[in-house]
Amino acid sequence: MSAQAQRIVVDPVTRIEGHLRIEADTDPGGTITRASSSGTMVRGIEIILRGRDPRDAWAFAQRICGVCTLVHGIASVRAVENALKYEIPPNAQLIRNLMIAAQYVHDHVMHFYHLHALDWVDVVAALKADPKATSELAQSISKYAKSSPGYFSDVQQRVKKFVEGGQLGIFANGYWGHPAYKLPPEANLMAVAHYLEALAWQRDVVQIHTIFGGKNPHPNFLVGGAPSAISTQVQHGGAASGFRGGESGTALNVVGLQRIQNIINSMQNFVDQVYVPDTLAIAGFYKDWGAIGEGLGNFLTYGDFPDKSMFDIKSFKIPRGVILNRDLSKVHEVDLDAEDQIQEFVAHSWYDYSGGKEMGLHPYAGETTLNYTGPKPPYEHLDVEQSYSWLKSPRWKGNAVEVGPLARMLMLVATGNPEAKGLVDMTLKHLDVPVQALFSTLGRTAARTLETKLIADWMQGWYNQLVANIKAGDVRTFNETLWDPTTWPKEAKGAGFTEAPRGGLAHWIVIRDGKIANYQAVVPSTWNAGPRDPKGQDGAYEAALKGTRLAEVTQPLEILRTIHSFDPCIACAVHVAGPNGEDLVQVKVN
Amino acid sequence: MPDSMKPRDAGDAHEATLGERLAARGVSRRAFLKFASALASMMALPPSMGLVMAQAMAQAKRPSVLWFPFQECTGCTESITRSHTPTIEGMIFDMISLDYHETLMAAAGHQSEAAREQAMKDNAGKYLLLVDGSVATGLDGAYSTIGGQTNLSWLTEAAKGAAAIIAVGTCASFGGIPKANPNPTGARAVSDVIKDKPIVNIPGCPPIPVVLTGVLAHFLTFGSLPELDALGRPKAFFGDTIHDRCYRRPFYDQGLFAKTFDDEGARNGWCLYELGCKGPVTYNACATVKWNAGTSFPIQSGHGCLGCSEPDFWDKGSFYKALPVGQWGSAATLGGAAAVGVAVGAAAAYAARRRQDKIAKGD
Repeated sequence: MSAQAQRIVVDPVTRIEGHLRIEADTDPGGTITRASSSGTMVRGIEIILRGRDPRDAWAFAQRICGVCTLVHGIASVRAVENALKYEIPPNAQLIRNLMIAAQYVHDHVMHFYHLHALDWVDVVAALKADPKATSELAQSISKYAKSSPGYFSDVQQRVKKFVEGGQLGIFANGYWGHPAYKLPPEANLMAVAHYLEALAWQRDVVQIHTIFGGKNPHPNFLVGGAPSAISTQVQHGGAASGFRGGESGTALNVVGLQRIQNIINSMQNFVDQVYVPDTLAIAGFYKDWGAIGEGLGNFLTYGDFPDKSMFDIKSFKIPRGVILNRDLSKVHEVDLDAEDQIQEFVAHSWYDYSGGKEMGLHPYAGETTLNYTGPKPPYEHLDVEQSYSWLKSPRWKGNAVEVGPLARMLMLVATGNPEAKGLVDMTLKHLDVPVQALFSTLGRTAARTLETKLIADWMQGWYNQLVANIKAGDVRTFNETLWDPTTWPKEAKGAGFTEAPRGGLAHWIVIRDGKIANYQAVVPSTWNAGPRDPKGQDGAYEAALKGTRLAEVTQPLEILRTIHSFDPCIACAVHVAGPNGEDLVQVKVN
Repeated sequence: MPDSMKPRDAGDAHEATLGERLAARGVSRRAFLKFASALASMMALPPSMGLVMAQAMAQAKRPSVLWFPFQECTGCTESITRSHTPTIEGMIFDMISLDYHETLMAAAGHQSEAAREQAMKDNAGKYLLLVDGSVATGLDGAYSTIGGQTNLSWLTEAAKGAAAIIAVGTCASFGGIPKANPNPTGARAVSDVIKDKPIVNIPGCPPIPVVLTGVLAHFLTFGSLPELDALGRPKAFFGDTIHDRCYRRPFYDQGLFAKTFDDEGARNGWCLYELGCKGPVTYNACATVKWNAGTSFPIQSGHGCLGCSEPDFWDKGSFYKALPVGQWGSAATLGGAAAVGVAVGAAAAYAARRRQDKIAKGD
């Protein structure tokens, strides 16, 4: 235990996407008094986007992130469509809903098992488990088929041989044996088994993206619809075609559709039989984390999953709004176009604004000058009184807000969604914790699991509708009317948005003479991981870490738990935009 | 921490060979031979090489692999986790010792730094260094740091002890999207920074996972890298254009083109050339290996190839603009007539071949 105040540095924060650094000031008792969150990598994708064809933008924007691999593609095509008042066919809307939903289910399961689990699960302790008792535990919480003593014994042997071989690879130097690990050996072994199961499961279920988008990661999108033409006719082989008998023109054929149905089944089974029961079982040993990592208490959603059109916000499955100070009785309206609502600040970021570092700018007027003023590498500490991150600080009407699964579940409950309310009530009752436990590290992680269950179930409805449309003869997937840039107005601007797995994501585009004049993304992890603003208000990570006590300051497992509960995506969070036409970028390029 | 989970000192214990590990897991010799033969076949090695590879891999200690993430989006890592042959867990448990990988490793901060330094020390001269993402060189590298150190300094330091370097993805191979015009951070390819080590480029945004696993298997078997073209790419996977191997190629040869994304031609699988497909100028294995266990590839799902494994593909014009035929060697203009299609097709194939021959010769 530390006997003096000190600065704890965690860099790299691993098991996340991207480059994140946390500097935490602790008091002599090891409690965090101030945390500073820093993104340490920048690429400048929005500068790169300027002057290009808006129809190409999705491919560039999508490379902001390869984990939440389709969300920036979606936000980008929607931004162009919003600017042009461009409607897409019903089938394309359904295909996008299915792709977004598939991303949620895939991403959240991988987050839980591969990025977050090792904060709660001690792999070494799993070696002490009794496989028979593990089997009894597994069968008591789920009907999942792989639950025999032999199965768990095999997994344990595999891990044991790996450890005894001495080459520990990714498991080397973990905080194994840390006093904050509370699971019994059997729960540890069950979780390790499901870590491996989930790795195998995930590579199959992404095939929904492959059928609709040609590959995963980075499936293809299209302004005006979906690229995957529907091929209902079986082609016949022979010299006149490129096909062998029985094949058809595209991957979206009867076989592809049946494969999608199978994957939806596989997703629902895994969520119902593995992910939900594991979350509840593990959470039961960590109820104290229902009072840790609370954070801001302000939440924002943009909304997503339209019934027919993105222009019909009322039809969204996930509603839009802001909740302030944990008050679920009042949902505030959000307007993405209003210049006084969403603004970005750079008081503690490595950027300059022409009007001074204290001001905030709406994304349509966003400007960026990269200006690194941090210490020259290699360095020990950042100067957190000054600028300390490549992330900006977005604010809604001046409020720091949290985005993500917890924000969405709260918004669904606040707006009276009965399915969401049922799941939340069931979870609180099962864990025997008060409703305040939602506002915590535990609540954030549980909310992610619960929304996965909701969305996996919604997928069947969209799939049924798609099949019904095709049966009725509607195979349209693309609206050609505004494809040609000569049909566009001289200037147009729009905001495209989605609820990405990590939270509300929006891209703002200004189109002039058929080219991108300005492009700006404000992304979930910028809302959550951004630095303090000019008023000194913490970002969501910073607020959530404040007051957390570290059992061992040299092994800050507690920091990882709370940061991972947000599922950081830092490549997403760091972004830069340029002002209209002016070259404000002052970068020395060798 | 139990001693068993601390990093091992080099050579202080019996290390199980791959063969022993597989036997312990109940993987039969025959099954393993099948896997090795498939890899050998994919890499265009003679059939007898399957046996050689199986024998070599069965005896190998798992080589230390360090994976450094620079200016990247983690799409390359995600792609490798989708590998079916072998699987990611199979690789980690049985094929390689993945001693540093930020997305997957348990340790963080000081402990992950210690693991990295220990692996580099224990395996000096022997480890494989994998890099995804470009290397920021602007501001002396301050645009991208880990643990307060620049990616540039990590790369130059770790390259010294590496047996070889594998640049995973287009960003590490050629600079990729960070290097796209106007390259705000001075992004460079690994091969622009490191000149004195063997480097394999595995481009693709992201790359097809089996290309990486194939190169790893080759390294395990022969202790060397596979045959590369002048751009540092394994010839076995980058020897043909997408267009050469595309199932829609017969339609191209007949002059049958989709005119928009959901017309009859699009639904019947006609050629996407007029919708901007870059397959004719893109060397990769998408049309043969396909994606996600052979499920589909971009063209099969109705979108033209973006050319994502080619250098500077981000700056070669719109993804929806048809390639000018002259760009790849023919003066013929495209038309709907079958005869013209055949002529253009032949010219395209010839030009593409010539280009790859030139690349191979380093012209």
